[in-house]
Amino acid sequence: MADPMKIRAAMAGDKVEVKVLMSHEMESGQRKDAKGQTIPAWFIQNVTATHNGRTVLSAEWGPAVAKNPFLSFRFAGGKPGDKVVITWTDNHGDKRTDEATIA
Amino acid sequence: MNRLIPLACALGALAAATALAQQPRSAVEEIERYRAALGDGNPAELWEARGETLWKEQRGPKNASLERCDLGLGPGVVKGAYAVLPKYFPDSDKVEDLESRLVTCMVTLQGLKPEDARKDPFGGPGKKVPMDALVAYITSQSRGMTMNVALNHPKEKEAYEVGKKIFFYRAGPHDFGCVTCHGADNQRIRLQDLPNLMKTSDAQRAYGSWPAYRVSQGELRSFQWRLNDCFRQQRFPELEFVSPASIALTMFLARNSNGGVFDAPSIKR
Repeated sequence: MADPMKIRAAMAGDKVEVKVLMSHEMESGQRKDAKGQTIPAWFIQNVTATHNGRTVLSAEWGPAVAKNPFLSFRFAGGKPGDKVVITWTDNHGDKRTDEATIA
Repeated sequence: MNRLIPLACALGALAAATALAQQPRSAVEEIERYRAALGDGNPAELWEARGETLWKEQRGPKNASLERCDLGLGPGVVKGAYAVLPKYFPDSDKVEDLESRLVTCMVTLQGLKPEDARKDPFGGPGKKVPMDALVAYITSQSRGMTMNVALNHPKEKEAYEVGKKIFFYRAGPHDFGCVTCHGADNQRIRLQDLPNLMKTSDAQRAYGSWPAYRVSQGELRSFQWRLNDCFRQQRFPELEFVSPASIALTMFLARNSNGGVFDAPSIKR
């Protein structure tokens, strides 16, 4: 089971600014270990963000995203007290969903 | 994170172009800007969150949490504890830094064997260790506080003197000591400026910036790790985790940072 994300969501003018830290190895599949064996690729493939059930961000990620990724984005139509839900799925099928309340 | 790095680089290039028209910006300032751009999403927060859970989790043969652990301000007090460490603890009759104290509490409260509590001091690729997370959580609870390490007990004074000796001791194949790199102004390794630890302002800033998330390693690095790696870079024998020597050197550096504001876990290149 993956570690929880750290999500901050706050109003920035009339938009909601969301900042997400995800805990993930993001192994590219290009590296070798001490024995010369390729370390298998292991990375987040899909990220979605929803606000009241409405998808406000949908992203496809690849192996070039760094370890413990940080994602920041803004969307319109949110207000303080609303919930933002973030979900990621990695190439092992592992999933993690966390939510934050807009401040 | 990789989205940020190109962004930071692009900003840096833009700034460099603008700066050329005005006046050249130093490498140090550019590195500071890079750190500021990354600081907003410091992954150290992931370690802090994990550490808080671990602190409250019942673990070990005694199935106990660490919440009754006395970090120097009384059992269970985490807020501000790191700013007074290392210090002398009557129950273990020795001077302890944070990592050493956590080992002591894992033994006394959770019933771990000392060798098991000390066994995994630092994380690495694919390996997350409780120690890093606990260190991140506890140090984060001293952010913004003023360093205030006491030097009253004879053992505290002794540790400080031993630490000072180690700091100035030159040895190894390169005839190196801590002071070789950290005893003068404007020294650097590659592009990294090295703090002159003989100067109070540098000593305060340096000590107050550890532990840190190392972007190049993707790991949270504790002060014990920092000293261990300094010893490796000097080609010294390995500095044993939570050894009296490591605590003495920490005591010397922590005490010299008294009066400085603690601002960690930070983020470093």
